[in-house]
Formats: sequence, C-alpha cells, structure tokens
Amino acid sequence: MATFFGEVVVAPSRAGVDDEEEAREETPEDREIRRELEKKREIDILWTLKSGATTESCADEPFVCSKFIVAIGRNAAAFLSSFILDSVCWEVVGVVKLWNEWCRTSSTTNVLPTDSFCLFYRLISDPTVLLCQCSCYVAEDQQFQWLEKVFGCMQKEGLQVTILSTCPVADYKTQESTLTLPSPFLKALKTKEFKEQVCCPLLEQPNIVRDLPAA
Amino acid sequence: MFVPCERGGGSASSDFKGFILLMPAVSVGNVGQLAIDLVISTLSMTKVGYFYTDCLVPMVGNNPYATAEENSMELSINAEVYSLPSKKLVVLQIRSPFIKNKYRPFCQTLLSWVKSSKCARVVVLSSSHAYQRDDEQLLGTPLRYLLTPDLEKAAGGLMQELNWKEMEKVAAYPGINDTEKVLHIPGGGITKLLFTESCSKGIQMAVLLKFCSEGDNIPDAFALVNYLNEWLQLIKSEVNTSSQWKIPSSWRLLFGSGLPPALF
Repeated sequence: MATFFGEVVVAPSRAGVDDEEEAREETPEDREIRRELEKKREIDILWTLKSGATTESCADEPFVCSKFIVAIGRNAAAFLSSFILDSVCWEVVGVVKLWNEWCRTSSTTNVLPTDSFCLFYRLISDPTVLLCQCSCYVAEDQQFQWLEKVFGCMQKEGLQVTILSTCPVADYKTQESTLTLPSPFLKALKTKEFKEQVCCPLLEQPNIVRDLPAA
Repeated sequence: MFVPCERGGGSASSDFKGFILLMPAVSVGNVGQLAIDLVISTLSMTKVGYFYTDCLVPMVGNNPYATAEENSMELSINAEVYSLPSKKLVVLQIRSPFIKNKYRPFCQTLLSWVKSSKCARVVVLSSSHAYQRDDEQLLGTPLRYLLTPDLEKAAGGLMQELNWKEMEKVAAYPGINDTEKVLHIPGGGITKLLFTESCSKGIQMAVLLKFCSEGDNIPDAFALVNYLNEWLQLIKSEVNTSSQWKIPSSWRLLFGSGLPPALF
C-alpha cells in the first residue's frame, strides 16, 4: 500500500484467506499435523496452592480477587519489577507455560529479567490483590486461550482489572508529527463500569490497542 | 457468540426477526468494512451488542463514530452489532483479520446465528482483486452482485431492473477445459465461503462487491455504498450522493501521522 511519500508499506493482512488454502481438502495427515501443532501451542497455567503444591486446574475454587493488575510486554513487566514487586510483600502464585514462534516460557518461577516469562503474584497482606507480569509474547491464536484460562480461575464479581502496556510512539497517530511529541506519554482506555478518576488522557481515535492487552 | 449490550431495551433491542443483516467481508482494500463504517456513521446506528469470538485478532479503541467529547469514550472492539429498527436493518462491523484456521468456524457460527435470530436476508459487502479481471471485466462497471437461489427467487427481478451485473464464473481449469465454471473471488476473504454455505443452507444472501486494489480505498467504499443504496435505499439518492454519507471521525489519519517539519 502506498503512503503519502510513496514508500511501500506492507498492508497488514486484509483478506486473510489464501485461495489455495480454502481449495485444498484436509487429508488425515494434515489434520494430525494441525492437531499436534495446536497441542504444542496450548497454554498451561500452573497455580501454586497454599500447601505449596502446584496444580493446573482451579475448577474447585476460583480465586477471590478484588484487584488484578496485568503488565504486558517487557517494559511494563520491568516497571513492576522496579517499582512494585519485592520478595517481602509479594509471593508467586502461578506461572504460564507456553510456546510460540517468538518465545518459550518454562514452568520455573526463578526468572531473569531477560527471560520470557509470565508469572502471577499475590500481595501477602491482601491476598485478593493479584498481579501478572507477562514479558513473553502471547501469539494471536493463544490470546483468547490465555484470557479464558486466567480469568476462568477468578471470581469476577467486584473485580477491578488494570492493564499496563507499552506501544511504540511511531505507531501513535496524531495530526502533528510524532517526532515533536514529548515522549513517553500515557494514554488510557476504560470501560464504562470504571468510575474512578483516570490519571491521564483517554486514547483518541483513530488510535487502537491490539493483541493481549486488547483481548 | 452474540452478546447484547445491557440497555433499557433488553431483549427488544436484540430481536432481529425479519431484519436485513448487512455485513462486510474482510477483503482487499477493506472496502466492505469502510462501506459499513459509512452506513453506521450516516444512519447514526445504535450499538446493540458484540460478538464474543476467538476467531478474530483482538483490538480495542474508543468510539470510532464519535461526534463530540461526550460520546467519544465508549469502548469499541473487533466485531460489533448495530441496529436501526425503523429500517429493519442490523449491521455487523468486523474490524480485524481472522486468526489462522479460524475463518471456517466463524462462518459456521455466524450463519447459525443468522438462522437462530431469524434475519430475513443477509447482504455481504466485499471486494476482489482488480488485477485478476479478464479482458471483458476490464470494461464497464467494476461492481458486481451475487444472489443465493433463495434470494434469486425473491429479488432476482429487481437486479434486472437496476441493470446490475452478476459476478462472472471462471473456468475451473483455464486453458485446458473451458466448460466447467466455478465461482472465484480472489481477495474476497470469506465471501465465497459465506456465499456457498448460504446456498446450501437455504439462506437468502446477496453479495455486493467491487473490483479494486490496495491503496486509498475511500472512493471504492463510496462506490460500493452507493451501489448498495440503489437497492436498499438507505438514504435518499440524489444526484451527488457521495456528499450525503457521513465520514466517521476514526477515518482521520488513515495514512499515518503528520509530517515532521524538519523533513523540509
């Protein structure tokens, strides 16, 4: 797609459906390969119970949660590490294990800042406050699964969710050039149920949020 | 799949029995989606719900049809439903591409929702690669239509009156055997799948598409929405109908931010 300067920009997927893709019938081998790939891309969440054991299911008792703070991306995760998290007030209660073409996380909770990881912490003084630090990239086809598995474990009544994320300034659309914008700057999106004061201006159209924060 | 908004209307606002469902296919130039934006914006349609689906790439932003500070703060996501009961019109807008391998389940779920909500007919706005046209298609109008057999019975005559051109079929094995013809909509996204599934499910569906290329597709969107208007008469068609469609505020800055003055 040509822009004002005439430079060619790769238009993000438009039709999204390859004609050859739809014409081909799936053979049993194709189906098997697809199933294996899907299994490989499944997300596992391991929760640490009070007893210290880990479990994958929380079907018996969803977490009672009043505040859930999710930091997505390395910058947001680093923000939490630098200013919020410490081993005195917070304890690790869960870890996400996933694989995609961009990263792989493990089930270890002893991570380095440069690793890709997705960990859940709980405030020791108020166990209804949960925090998630997600520095790994959750692929498009895994985002919904992540969402269902994480929120499926929580009691959602009275829950307040805060999502922290970063985007490149170059992606921000504004009348003036982004070069002259004082950055970094904060923008927010909120649901109509959020009644508290927002600490920064709201994100104006035509700007949008994608990927896991959007999900 | 369909989640209604909680409003005073309640179930009344999500009763689409006998309505026409207007929807885009995510296709070349995003022309169908742009045309739908024009319809929603011009008719000031009310959002009545959304689709909770894992088939589309997630996205969220503030109200794309905001006209003032007060109505700019409503969140908007990738698949939302708007309605205008006075015209018995319900519109689905899709704002992001399909996740790999998910377009089939989406079509299946969508068509069962169409059946269960008892929509009278479905109109899909779409587009197809202009470079794939043959010599004959290069001449004349770039707009085409398709009707499922059930809608052909109900409205086929009207298309003749409007002097519309039906989408031509192409040879299944070009150069080898020209007798066997198939429907081919390159760049049309899920258009062909939706159409063929509707044919077999007895759904009254029309496809309206325009041949176009990637680029500034706003004129294509206007052409498509005026084409639609010839049939559905959503707005009064006067000599210069282009000026009567309201461009939504989210169409600002379609080609990126302003230029850095230091460049010059």
